[in-house]
Amino acid sequence: MNKDWPLWEVFIRSKNGLDHKHAGSLHATDARMAIENARDVYTRRMEGVSIWVVESKYIHASNPEDSDSLYDPANDKAYRHPTFYDLPEEVKNM
Amino acid sequence: MIALQDEKHFLEKVTHEIRVEPKDWMPDQYRKTLIRQISQHAHSEIVGMLPEGNWITRAPSLKRKAILIAKVQDEAGHGLYLYSAAETLGISRAEMIDQLHSGRAKYSSIFNYPTISWADIGAIGWLVDGAAIMNQVPLCRCSYGPYSRAMVRICKEESFHQRQGFDILLKLSQGSKAQKNMVQDSINRWWWPSIMMFGPADESSPHSRQSMEWKIKRFSNDELRQRFVDMCAQQVKVLGLELPDEKLKWNEKRQQYDFGEIDWKEFRNVVNGNGPCNKERLATRIKAHEDGAWVREAAAAHAEKRRAKSARAA
Repeated sequence: MNKDWPLWEVFIRSKNGLDHKHAGSLHATDARMAIENARDVYTRRMEGVSIWVVESKYIHASNPEDSDSLYDPANDKAYRHPTFYDLPEEVKNM
Repeated sequence: MIALQDEKHFLEKVTHEIRVEPKDWMPDQYRKTLIRQISQHAHSEIVGMLPEGNWITRAPSLKRKAILIAKVQDEAGHGLYLYSAAETLGISRAEMIDQLHSGRAKYSSIFNYPTISWADIGAIGWLVDGAAIMNQVPLCRCSYGPYSRAMVRICKEESFHQRQGFDILLKLSQGSKAQKNMVQDSINRWWWPSIMMFGPADESSPHSRQSMEWKIKRFSNDELRQRFVDMCAQQVKVLGLELPDEKLKWNEKRQQYDFGEIDWKEFRNVVNGNGPCNKERLATRIKAHEDGAWVREAAAAHAEKRRAKSARAA
């Protein structure tokens, strides 16, 4: 069986002013080839103006099993949202 | 106990249309089903390049040649999106390619039919890509995130494939008598294999029920096939031609077309490797892979050289 080239994650900025967004992944020998391949695979129809690639092994992800401890505490902090505060009608532009 | 909770949590997510992502817990069988389906789908995109690639040098004009190259390039891309999606489930690219080349993995049987005239390139676009789109649009809502995202991307690109195919047939059907005959002949050969692409009838499709429960599949094989027949029965009229089915008839009561019996013996025969081009397709794919070995080696060596050079400079 053949050995695969390293896996890379591809991020594309669709137009200036917007964030780079994950587009997919591909195999390549190095960063230069990863960018060239990403250009061919993910931007054939003007989907992007800038490409980031990062070798997948360098991405650290949170664990879905930790979801409760990571994200639940935000639920009971309604005061972080502007709608938490009842202000009199007379207060304009706030 | 923990496994039971995991399973319950998984099913809840699926029921509430929350996508399952690679690191989430999932049943082994769900993982296996997806690996099988996504890799087969990827292989179909890759093998699907062969019947069309065959016509790039013989396309009748520069415009048609450029379009066909773009379409074949899209298919290579679609194969890649899908291989990547399957890789998130823990199978390697090399393993999948090995499964294809050794004949352990299947690909869509439609590509085991020959493309003997230019009209066949039109028929593939209209019928084969048309059937593929019918299957693929619901997959954009598949419960597995990476697969559904790949399908969104693919569906966006695929609609040009179907339209360019119909355009080829339309131009030919407005041409000489010989050209019109060529289109009818092509439709005659591609129609039945195309409606077989939706897979076995519902009562003999063993995996369907589970796949529907898991929301990998959204509609049954027969439902999608019926929609496709209804659509094509209308479209073929624009070409001024006919579908090769004497039993094709509008059913006022059902508000759908009735159509003839599919030759399931032929279907099984081609699936089992005895179609007109099974051996040729696989041999061509393996040869392309083997002939490309030196390119892969050279690219790896070149990257290594560049790495060494930048390490010295640093």
